[in-house]
Amino acid sequence: MPDAPVLPADERAGVTARGADPLISARGVGVVRGGQWLIRSIDVDVAPGEVVTVIGPNGGGKTTLLRTLLGLIRPSAGVVTRRPRLRIGYMPQRLVIDRVLPLTVQRLMTLTGRRSRRDVAAALDETGVGGRIDAGVDTLSGGEFQRVMLARALLMQPQLLVLDEPVQGVDFTGEADLYRLIGQIRARHGCGVLMVSHDLHVVMASTDRVLCLNQHLCCAGAPHHISRHPEYLRLFGPRAAQAYAVYEHHHDHAHALSGEVVQAPGPDGRHDCHGHGHHHRQAPGTDSA
Amino acid sequence: MLDDFFVRAIVAGVGVALVAGPLGCFIVWRRMAYFGDTMSHSALMGVALGFLAGVDHTIGVIATAVLVAVLLVLLQRVRGLSADTVLGILSHSALSIGLVAISLMTWLRLDLMGYLFGDVLAVRIVDLWWIYGGGAVVLAVLAAIWRPLLAVTVGEDLARAEGVPALPVQMAFMLLIAIVIAIAMKVVGILLITSLLIIPAAAARRLARTPEQMAAGAAAIGAVAVVAGLFSSLTLDTPSGPSIVVAAALLFAVSLTPWPGPRQG
Repeated sequence: MPDAPVLPADERAGVTARGADPLISARGVGVVRGGQWLIRSIDVDVAPGEVVTVIGPNGGGKTTLLRTLLGLIRPSAGVVTRRPRLRIGYMPQRLVIDRVLPLTVQRLMTLTGRRSRRDVAAALDETGVGGRIDAGVDTLSGGEFQRVMLARALLMQPQLLVLDEPVQGVDFTGEADLYRLIGQIRARHGCGVLMVSHDLHVVMASTDRVLCLNQHLCCAGAPHHISRHPEYLRLFGPRAAQAYAVYEHHHDHAHALSGEVVQAPGPDGRHDCHGHGHHHRQAPGTDSA
Repeated sequence: MLDDFFVRAIVAGVGVALVAGPLGCFIVWRRMAYFGDTMSHSALMGVALGFLAGVDHTIGVIATAVLVAVLLVLLQRVRGLSADTVLGILSHSALSIGLVAISLMTWLRLDLMGYLFGDVLAVRIVDLWWIYGGGAVVLAVLAAIWRPLLAVTVGEDLARAEGVPALPVQMAFMLLIAIVIAIAMKVVGILLITSLLIIPAAAARRLARTPEQMAAGAAAIGAVAVVAGLFSSLTLDTPSGPSIVVAAALLFAVSLTPWPGPRQG
């Protein structure tokens, strides 16, 4: 494992697997593009049946991390290990199918593998869009489309679901339903889930572990671990019941263009997850998505 | 029957349309209209190259178009230049380099208009061999890569994550475009090839519920456009290549008119 930073066990970012061999594992992973680190020194494990959520600001490298873990990007540093023959169900961010391409839902479901109509119907039923199997993809609403894509990922009989902003394009009321559905799927299939999300409320409610990513892992751990922190309670506690919680980031360190951590002059920032301080602020009603 | 120049023209044009339709669907789906245009504009360079190297100009055109496609993919990785700009630069540079190169080769006497706008009425039997032989190869390869190419077209990351070899499939697709440009050049000329790829495909959209229906529809509409265009060219004494394109454009306009079909929207 070259370049993997050695950290004390309780501080190793994100490494709190439940004893089982992880499905997927990254050590010291970094990606350089155009001379800049998009992500750097990332350690991540996802264990079977575990829900891990990546949060962080836009441009913080969430999608880059997912694509690296999937093997779509070769990491510039570090190692990604996937369990041999790991079955992954992937739901990419912002898949836009041009209306000029005539495609039914059934066809979209079977793009890369032939499946029986019964299997396709069963997967669609599970995500609540069984009635749309013969619909044109261009007639689906945002929520329906995401549910079809989720059913598509389920069709892979995945051991690991990788979901990049699964509620994107879904209306406000549909978001909570969709997250609930993801939770049910995890319970029913026992698959691990790795997802990117903006919604902190849901993250805290249904996630085993949270990774906070802004080029490097700022903070990682179980929600309850983070939630015991006084800084967290001050910022999140009283408002945790609110349905619409947007996660906003305020660090006491700045990031240089290269991704290096540069200590900012600000004096406070006592919220110390591991090695450097930062705080998290919930800002209801603002949109960081 | 093939002794008649007009019959040869129709056989040639229909052959090209049958290949251009399905391939053109992918160009439309992948939003590569300008890309195809740039590749076809390089064809004149290929003709010049063919004469210099002493090989059939079909080979020269295929080689040059592939080269330009590779150059395009590489240049699009240059930061600070939008794909649109790169295509605009390369498209017209390629055309101009071809024109300059041919005018420098003073020993050549070429029918430049024929290359630019097509000369389907001058099609020879050997051209028919190229069209139908090359066309059969293109359709066979397209059928073989159909599913993976469709998956990559819908979402490249998704396809790759599910084990589709995206790069080889896309390279094969580029090669197919290059071959079609080489064989379609004779019929509509390098300036109008893209229209034969795109207009029938676009016209077939509203008739289709599946990608395959759209491909078949595009082939059929293209063939109708060729026949209608050639007949009107004969009757009205208009240039054949542009007449075919006008016929295709009219068919596209017809496809836009609302009618109570099974497909809504």
